[in-house]
Amino acid sequence: MIEIRGLVFDYPGGSRALDGIDLTIQDGERVAIIGQNGSGKSTLVKHLNGLLRPTMGEVFLDGAPTAGIRVAHLAARVGLAFQDPDRQIFAGKVRTEVAFGPRNLGRRGGELAAAVDAALVAVGLDGVADQNPYDLGYSRRKLLALASILAMDTRVVILDEPTTGQDADGVDRVRRIVSDLGAAGRTVIAISHDMRFVADSFERVVVMGAGRVLLDGPPANVFAEAGWPTLATTYLEPPLAARVGARLDLGATATEVSLIEALAARAG
Amino acid sequence: MLSMRGVSYRYPGYARQVLQDLDLEIAPGDIVGLVGRNDAGKSTLCLVAAGLAPASIGGTLTGEVRVDGISTVGRPTHELAASVGLVFQDSNTQRSGVTATVFEEVALGSVNLGRSVAETVRRTRDAMATLRIEALADRDPARLSGGQAQLVAVASILAMGPRLLVLDEPTAQLDPEGTRLVGAALRDLAATGTALLIAEHKTDLLDGLCSRIIALDGGRIALDGPAASVLEDPALAAIGVESPARVRLARAATERGLTIPAGAFAR
Repeated sequence: MIEIRGLVFDYPGGSRALDGIDLTIQDGERVAIIGQNGSGKSTLVKHLNGLLRPTMGEVFLDGAPTAGIRVAHLAARVGLAFQDPDRQIFAGKVRTEVAFGPRNLGRRGGELAAAVDAALVAVGLDGVADQNPYDLGYSRRKLLALASILAMDTRVVILDEPTTGQDADGVDRVRRIVSDLGAAGRTVIAISHDMRFVADSFERVVVMGAGRVLLDGPPANVFAEAGWPTLATTYLEPPLAARVGARLDLGATATEVSLIEALAARAG
Repeated sequence: MLSMRGVSYRYPGYARQVLQDLDLEIAPGDIVGLVGRNDAGKSTLCLVAAGLAPASIGGTLTGEVRVDGISTVGRPTHELAASVGLVFQDSNTQRSGVTATVFEEVALGSVNLGRSVAETVRRTRDAMATLRIEALADRDPARLSGGQAQLVAVASILAMGPRLLVLDEPTAQLDPEGTRLVGAALRDLAATGTALLIAEHKTDLLDGLCSRIIALDGGRIALDGPAASVLEDPALAAIGVESPARVRLARAATERGLTIPAGAFAR
């Protein structure tokens, strides 16, 4: 379980990025964090694996304050795939890149190879395991960064804008990975601007604006009409399915499937 | 403005033709959207249309690429830069690396075109205001978020005022508001007669912005037509492109024998 209490973070120079965040995330939850650029989303998740330390407030992991846990130990429990894969990738081969994390966690031999293979298959890069990461295009480097985190087999997986630059197949792949992680009981936290992905793949949505939590609930609640004015303050719009559902008085239909089902139910 | 005839291209050192026998015309004021899978050839087409391939990166081009009726082949890049702008997919590739502030970075291209200081300052301020990045003016261009860097890259090309603008996934790193601002800026630019070619996965953005859409598959043109008809074409799925949400919803409803009134999709 992750508990965030009164978290405030000021960047050097004084600008306040997080302005009092209280949030509890249970084991196995799939949580999407949304909000405009600069609303504090990335800053928040960097507190969960110790990349940033609070200016005020505390973060607890399974009841223990992360302030007392070294980053190397946090890394075994919380994996974070960066928004920009090039800040993460450094190895000369795709396979070596993916092996780096689990090797640091002490995996060796067959166990290491199996973790690397499974991660490469999950992101669809098993065919390019021996290539140089920089021979891959941006969207595949992004999947590589994701595989590197999956291979560490952490209980908490954080993805910063995982669908950026992905085509339809790539987005499907990311959806499957989130769903598989959820089914395996892992906690998945993703930052995303893709409202359809958010509504389809997550059971809880946290809306951030100016370093605070503005809304927090299931997609159907957060994207319901009552929340639209709040979403607008952080320059977000609900997915089209939610807007159409509200116009047709079908209630809260955050996903395309729920909209069609509501329409069918009314038609009898 | 841009005319491509029978264009095929392969990268230096590779045998595979990444583009195969493409024909493409873009008139002033046209906004043409380019869709396709990640390996369909969209970025390569952007490089060829902007005259960077083969001029700057080598490779072998057959067929003809003309900007303003003049072939891009053998034309010096600095000369081409006066009429053609390219916004790269990765804003790190775009960044000059020689400027200390965002304002200078946005101004650099316009300065290099030999414009007066007053003219460049005016264009730079306008471009930054259009994308609402005035507050970034004094920041170090190397220390921006992905979204901010992408807006700076787009602004620097807007300030140059090209007559043909090629953009490779210009909104990939942007939040919904940034995406909307870039869309509005591109629409305004086209209204002044600039021809636009935009490679983009966000078909919801292209819908309503583009006059025409071209879908690439395996380096060839698979679909080409008015934006609405291509975006509603069921064949898009087979070439790895997702239709806009309004099309998906209408189709899903039809499959169940239901109808969504067109008015329900209005913004």
